[in-house]
Amino acid sequence: MSTEYDDAPGLQPSAHRDNAREDALNNAQGISKKDVTAPALGPTEMVRWAWTQLTSMRTALMLLLLLAIAAVPGSIFPQRVQDAFAVQTYIEDNPTLGPILDFFQLFDVYSSVWFSAIYILLFISLIGCIIPRARKHYQQMTSPPPRTPRRLERLPEYGALELGSEGPSPEQALDDAAKALKKRRYRVDVRRNEDGTGSVGAEKGYLREVGNIIFHVSLVGVLLFVALGTMFSYRGQKVIVEDEGFVNALVAYDNFYPGTWFSEDQLDPFTVQLDSFDRAFDRELVDGEPGPHWGNALDFNANVTVQDGTDAEPEQTTLRVNHPLTLGGANIFLVGNGYAPVVTVRDGEGEVAFSGPVITRPDDATYTSMTVIKAPDAAPEQLGFVGLLLPTAVDAGDGLGISVDPELQNPELHLNAYAGDLGLDDGVPQNVYVLDTDDLEVLNSREVAAGGITLSPGETHQLPGDMGSVEFEEVQDYIAIDITYDPGETAVLVFALTATGGLIASLYLRRRRIWVTAESNDAGRTLVQYGLLSRGEDFGLRHENIALRAQFEETWPVRPPEENTHS
Amino acid sequence: MSPLLTAQLPAINTELAEYSELFTLIAALIYTLAFILFTVDAARSSSTIRRVEAELKAEAEAEQAALAGTDIGSSAGTSHAIPPALGTPGAAHEAELVDDDMGYVGDRRPVANVAVALTIMATAAHAFAVVTRGAAASRWPLGNMYEFLVGAALVVSTVYLVTLLRRDLRFLGVFVLGLVVVMMVAATIGFPTAVGHVQPALQSPWLAIHVSLASLSIGLFVLTFAMNLLQLVQARREKVMAGGATGWSDRILSQWQFMRLVPNAFSLESWAYRINAVAFVFWTLGPMITGAIWAQQSWGRYWGWDPKEVWTFVIWVVYAGYLHARATRGWTGNRAAWLSIIGFVCIIINYAVVNVYFPGLHSYAGLPE
Ligand code: HEM
Repeated sequence: MSTEYDDAPGLQPSAHRDNAREDALNNAQGISKKDVTAPALGPTEMVRWAWTQLTSMRTALMLLLLLAIAAVPGSIFPQRVQDAFAVQTYIEDNPTLGPILDFFQLFDVYSSVWFSAIYILLFISLIGCIIPRARKHYQQMTSPPPRTPRRLERLPEYGALELGSEGPSPEQALDDAAKALKKRRYRVDVRRNEDGTGSVGAEKGYLREVGNIIFHVSLVGVLLFVALGTMFSYRGQKVIVEDEGFVNALVAYDNFYPGTWFSEDQLDPFTVQLDSFDRAFDRELVDGEPGPHWGNALDFNANVTVQDGTDAEPEQTTLRVNHPLTLGGANIFLVGNGYAPVVTVRDGEGEVAFSGPVITRPDDATYTSMTVIKAPDAAPEQLGFVGLLLPTAVDAGDGLGISVDPELQNPELHLNAYAGDLGLDDGVPQNVYVLDTDDLEVLNSREVAAGGITLSPGETHQLPGDMGSVEFEEVQDYIAIDITYDPGETAVLVFALTATGGLIASLYLRRRRIWVTAESNDAGRTLVQYGLLSRGEDFGLRHENIALRAQFEETWPVRPPEENTHS
Repeated sequence: MSPLLTAQLPAINTELAEYSELFTLIAALIYTLAFILFTVDAARSSSTIRRVEAELKAEAEAEQAALAGTDIGSSAGTSHAIPPALGTPGAAHEAELVDDDMGYVGDRRPVANVAVALTIMATAAHAFAVVTRGAAASRWPLGNMYEFLVGAALVVSTVYLVTLLRRDLRFLGVFVLGLVVVMMVAATIGFPTAVGHVQPALQSPWLAIHVSLASLSIGLFVLTFAMNLLQLVQARREKVMAGGATGWSDRILSQWQFMRLVPNAFSLESWAYRINAVAFVFWTLGPMITGAIWAQQSWGRYWGWDPKEVWTFVIWVVYAGYLHARATRGWTGNRAAWLSIIGFVCIIINYAVVNVYFPGLHSYAGLPE
């Protein structure tokens, strides 16, 4: 909290940078600086002392630096808000360290007790800082500029002019000075003594402080609406395969993250159906050869049919990256896409154990896609497959396939087959892209005599030992969409913008005070003295001095300084 | 692939792309030359200083002679006819070669002038390279790490030249040009990328606004980083010169004649503050606010604590801390300078380490979780 130099000394809550200037003023007023007094030890005083400490500028600084440090672990360890599965994997891979980190909430840094404690303290400090500051500033804005210091020459900027004998009287000079200062957009107060002498107090730049207060208040606004928005928000994810639809209901989501105060009737009943999906890739030729960016993704375009509410007409539209759809207050984003090979698995008894599109996970720019197929209904043994979908497969030598292009020019499925208990019945949620093969019997793999499975569309592979078969029918497209609803967004943006406005005012406007005195000197001529003071950073104060002086010299006949020294 | 989609992206103009590469190279070479000349200028400064000092001394003596016999300041009331603050505060003792506003007293440094001229040429070539690169791909030329680094380097040299119009910052040349050369080399060797279109997530007008503001603020932060480092050295040197010499490093420091061409620690710090204040606003508007708006458009949440976002936030908070420090008794001067330096280290971490080692959403791959 900044101190006001016209406060009674000793009540100053904390140190402030203006101190150099403040000290200059105290000096000019003839006040010596007092050290901060140690607190008396009554309980109320203790509380007051603690409050003073908390709302001090030094504490704010410490809390800010602490906040910066506390935010860092969130970039080092996986975070649940970002990727809950990565956290799970991390803990499984680090069985000793993982749980310890988890205990200290290092996977939930931004909602952890310690991170919250820091920013809540910071914001309490902030509020405790703004309220008295705003009150004091309001008083200042509604009262005349502070009283004139006794010794203007001790102010950081000072000037004096001896007017010619034909010049104005001190009273007239004060009026002229007041006018000149008004022209420079100062708020002016003329103070006259009985003997005809007097002074002018002038101040400008009140908006600087207003800006600072708006900035800090806006930060509170941002925090408040981030919090409120999060509480009422929901966010969900859904993978939609070609020709499939999605209805906005809790059961339809693959993942759903409700805010604390979310209720199910916040979900508006809209539907989204994927009709087809287009991908565009870089096909730039350089000298007839594929260019350096050959095969890079350039555009994704999902053709969808949406229905905004049960009574609305179905409507065809496109969903693209950076171009979300708004349905029923929620926003729908295209966040991912990939290939879904349609596969049919028959078991040892000839029954269809699995049939349909399999969502694969593209792992590189050529859409080499992780493929896991689970057929828990297969009998006598459950069947599982792990492998890759290669959109444009070529042989990299010794039968190892790789994909050289993201488009489906020669799609192949390369799979290993397993039989045994897939572990799906334990009720432990499993990642669809992971199959734990440790306890399974290997049917097909490059490591066993039967070899791995390689299938092109339309082909069927018979599993060894009459365990069944797997058929690769065709490839479909799928998209991954995020559905988000956050009612706080707009308010957060508005406060972020007012914060910026306030910040600009606070950093670039100058708060300045000028005092001018006029009196008759021994030679009967009028002597004008003036002093300038600035609150906070002000590199232009000297220029202000020069400009003011030039204005005075235009107004009055000024005796040149040489004459003075000889007088 | 639908014909509509490819129609939206015009073909790469390979001729312009080649021009761009050529001019980037030319710019980098001239920058290096300018850097060498600035270094030579710094090395030669000892003799310059001796000469200037002699001139100053002569001037001062002439003044003394002219004033002899006149009684200055005899009557307290009228002696202030000249506002004392209009002179150099802290009095012009002989060693002051640079004043608080970074104007030089005595001013003949031909080598530095050539270096400045070269910097202007290099910056023009550099700007041409950036513009042609954008034109070659018909998009804003800030779409990948390479372009970002080259763009930020252009901001650094441009801001430096613009400031030179108003202030004599030639003493900063070694540092600024050094950083520019490092940035150009890092871009070319560390992240070489041929001209191309950008991935779908980057095809947004927010890219231009967001990344330009980021480059702008980073360019400014580079300058203040150099100034704050110099400030620390200068502050130490001032202490040594005031009679605090202790170890061998202090003795070496006191020999650094070059540092006498550098303004005093106080004015370095106030100038660094002014630039930091501008850069902080750009950082608030750029990486923070427009970044959040774009993230909302692209990913459906304005803030998701992605590693890149974490560090953007950390940097913002560190510089907010810096601004606070300068308003806190006991934290001004060198301590505030350290915060500014730490802020810049965070920027480097955000750029070099986070981009490369913590791939989050900012390396968009088009995948579901
Ligand atoms: C949420 C954390 C905070 C942030 C991000 C923040 C940010 C800033 C920034 C960027 C400035 C520079 C603008 C200027 O110089 O006028 C500033 C100034 C200021 N802040 Fe904060 N602030 C925070 C919390 C606080 C708290 C808790 C206090 C009170 C203890 C406080 C008191 C001040 C004061 C007095 C100034 C003006 C300094 C001057 O006159 O130069 N701030 N703040």
